[in-house]
Amino acid sequence: MRRVLRGASLILVGMIGVACSSASARTAAPPPASPAGIPSALRLPASPLGPDQVILHALNRLGYGPRPGDVERVRRMGLAAYIERQLHPGGIPDPAVEQALASYPVLAQSAAALYRDYPPLGPQVQQRLASGEMSRQEIMETYPAERRPAVINGQMQAARITRAIASDRQLEEVMVDFWFNHFNVYGQKGAVRWMLPAYEREAIRPHALGRFRDLVLATARHPAMLFYLDNWLSTRADFVVPGGANAGRRMGLNENYARELMELHTLGVDGGYTQQDVVEVARCFTGWTIDRPQQGGGFIFRPAAHDRGAKRVLGQVIPAGGGQQDGEHVIDILVRHEATAHFIATKLARRFVSDDPPAALVERTAATFRRTAGDIRATLETIVTSPEFWSAEAYRAKIKTPLEVVASAVRALDGRLVADPVGGGGIALAREVGKLGAPLYEAQPPTGYPDRAEAWVNTGALLGRMNFALGLAQNRVRGARVDVAWFLTNTDRTQPAQVLDRLLAVVLHGEASARTRAVLAGQLESPEITRTTTYDRVAKDTDVEKLAALVLGSPEFQRR
Amino acid sequence: MDCCTRRSFMKGGALALFALAGPPRFLARAAFAQGSTTARPKILIAIFQRGAVDGLSMIVPHGDPDYYAVRGNIAIARPAPGAADATLDLNGFFGLHPSLAPLRPIWDDRRLAIVHACGSPDTTRSHFDAQDYMESGTPGLKSTPDGWLARGLAGMPAREPASPFRAVSLGPALPRILRGEVGAVAMNSVADFDVKDGAAMAGAGAGARKGFESLYEQGVRDLLYGTGRETFEAVKMLKAAAPQRIAPANGAVYPRGRFGESLRQIAQLIKADVGLEIAFADVGGWDTHAGQGNERGQLAVRLKEFAEGLAALDRDLGPRMSDVVVLTMSEFGRTVRENGNRGTDHGHGTAMLALGGPVKGGRVYGRWPGLTRDQLFDGRDLAVTTDFRSLFTEVAVRHLGAPVAPLFPGFSAPIAAWPGVLA
Repeated sequence: MRRVLRGASLILVGMIGVACSSASARTAAPPPASPAGIPSALRLPASPLGPDQVILHALNRLGYGPRPGDVERVRRMGLAAYIERQLHPGGIPDPAVEQALASYPVLAQSAAALYRDYPPLGPQVQQRLASGEMSRQEIMETYPAERRPAVINGQMQAARITRAIASDRQLEEVMVDFWFNHFNVYGQKGAVRWMLPAYEREAIRPHALGRFRDLVLATARHPAMLFYLDNWLSTRADFVVPGGANAGRRMGLNENYARELMELHTLGVDGGYTQQDVVEVARCFTGWTIDRPQQGGGFIFRPAAHDRGAKRVLGQVIPAGGGQQDGEHVIDILVRHEATAHFIATKLARRFVSDDPPAALVERTAATFRRTAGDIRATLETIVTSPEFWSAEAYRAKIKTPLEVVASAVRALDGRLVADPVGGGGIALAREVGKLGAPLYEAQPPTGYPDRAEAWVNTGALLGRMNFALGLAQNRVRGARVDVAWFLTNTDRTQPAQVLDRLLAVVLHGEASARTRAVLAGQLESPEITRTTTYDRVAKDTDVEKLAALVLGSPEFQRR
Repeated sequence: MDCCTRRSFMKGGALALFALAGPPRFLARAAFAQGSTTARPKILIAIFQRGAVDGLSMIVPHGDPDYYAVRGNIAIARPAPGAADATLDLNGFFGLHPSLAPLRPIWDDRRLAIVHACGSPDTTRSHFDAQDYMESGTPGLKSTPDGWLARGLAGMPAREPASPFRAVSLGPALPRILRGEVGAVAMNSVADFDVKDGAAMAGAGAGARKGFESLYEQGVRDLLYGTGRETFEAVKMLKAAAPQRIAPANGAVYPRGRFGESLRQIAQLIKADVGLEIAFADVGGWDTHAGQGNERGQLAVRLKEFAEGLAALDRDLGPRMSDVVVLTMSEFGRTVRENGNRGTDHGHGTAMLALGGPVKGGRVYGRWPGLTRDQLFDGRDLAVTTDFRSLFTEVAVRHLGAPVAPLFPGFSAPIAAWPGVLA
């Protein structure tokens, strides 16, 4: 516990650093950049949006929304240069985030090390629990909190929200979120718990803007995916376990991974495969398994478990006598398939443009995907240089997901992550994401979380968003501290109208509807917003926190 | 109450306003519906077992000579007098998984019916598509914008007083099955369904709530604003009814976890008389590809929670169950033969349950298709002999009084084809 706490205070220091740097960006004189900013090879099309709107649009779509000062920063740099940099995140230094993440040691650990440091309940303990000899509470008490496996998921969640809020490599974070969700594994399923950090670190993050085939292969081989979709257990039909604890057990085919590989990872559900294709693909992947899964072992191919017969996948023959390359052959067939290009292009366009993206854009995006053999960066470039991306129809057309709501609200108010007895501010904030309906790393089905408005807009979810806004602005959300008063430097708090104008400028960048502005102005008359307190010498004071919460909970802030 | 004065106002005829701003959808419907009733509502509680439950382990065909042959490791043991870990015989052919023991008294009481080999005419083995079809009610057709329960509710007679709580889903999202022209409430928790303003002292939250309410009060008729308006009507009504204060009755004990919590809160809403007619909850963990277990194990644990939840609900509601039907569903069943990992892969037909006072229980409905290879769908799965739409039509029409036509477009089941689970 002490170690965790120390880590937490490190974050505090790190995040103050982040806050300071952006604060100085706000107040310092503009750097001596040329009016045109940094030259860029990226050609952006003309847009009906205004000069600040295009910047806001980029910050909202290619990242988790603007922090105070970001619009000016991008304007100075030049929008094309900003986007180009985001497409090449390796060139963006991110020291503050790296320092903050040092509080989450599981991020860098192997599954084997995690088994050692956060061991599962041993069989004896489980038996004593099952027999009633020990109650769950007794076991929890004997098991120190900082050694429980739940620490792993907690730190992963905390790191994800920390990065979304504070990383300068915003697009990379968006793409990690996108691909993790696309190749979803459920962090609570058995051994996946210990494999989770390595999965994101090794299989997802390095390829987030890389090649699609590398992503498919890396996930296919990764113990987390092998375990989550059961392929590690799938063998040829007549295989009998030769030795070990399960010696003599008859094994056989498991279709789970083969089906989801086609339905969710590559072709899409309407991609033209049949039940027979599912069986044939499953046969190709027999023998792709995990070396000692309960001890954190890695990928291993077991030739004895492999079905060496000929297979026929989507009309293509995979000859008899193959081994591990049968699975790789399947991946090649799938990633080159026309349906895959269309499916991935649709999902990307849905993430970046609109819930129902224009067909012409999807077609051009799919064409780039095909032409570049699944180059994700090039495919994204097609989207961000398309007139559809910059169209009036796409502007603010997406409803924020829970992660986007939490991250963008903290960013908008320039919040700091703070130490928390639970261990790092990120953990408490991640819990807020969970309360809004999308707990990180805890989507149980292989489909991951949906990316459409109707999934996130309902009565309970809206209340959740309003309550989060109130909690954050009133500093009741553990894990984040905001200083609303900071914005009001040079603003007269006794003049509620001035306060409101300033808040709308900082949080909504002038994108409040006339109706919202009028309603909020009307609120200024309410005694709860404009109050007289005995502490204030002045006659009137404005409840800036509540006003800020109303702005964060407004319909406008739910969109990006 | 606030909502009633507004409703009268709407009745006064503010059509022009409707186009621009519009009242919450439930009020609009109440204002324009032909005729209405104040009788105590009939209630449907729909439970979705997401992930495809293995119908052969849940409702065991122990009398089928092929069952034990295809399920070497994961079959549920034959019924045996006095044996705790064995199938609980129902009628000499079918039996309950031993984890479903809490439902046995309800079966004996003839308030639990089972429809076996039930499912979709569509052959997809995709969880996502199959769930989508079962909720939209249009198998094979993805473009259907709304859910069948929402369409059913839209056609049902309006009630007095109008309520935003006619349809409620417990959970973080509003499921497809309840999305549609008629609004429905989604809530994670009855107790937390309010604006929580920590700063306000007396009358906590009122100021912030009013502020948010006005922000969402008017605006274009889109999802965000429409939902916002419904939210505040619901919040106000719930504050008055205070269902969270109602404790489980008759010694009912709900199982720990989200499913039990959902059912407990559904019972609270029913007992608080907030106008609930359709409730929805889901429960996951049925996708047992590996190590699904037999009398004990992974699936047994899920079934235990499932049965304990339903039994607690039945006990808690007591006499109110005379107005309630609980209907369970799952997107498809699982392979008849166990796979190489003592689990089962995605299949076709499964078993669905109907429970409640109006149910003609103590019977297993539907024709049993058999388990020999030539009797199986695609040579591997339990064939479907009852289209889920027949069962759902019967429940929606006979129990709720929904009109047949809009429920399942393109499908018509003559009354003779309904399973007959309702009196």
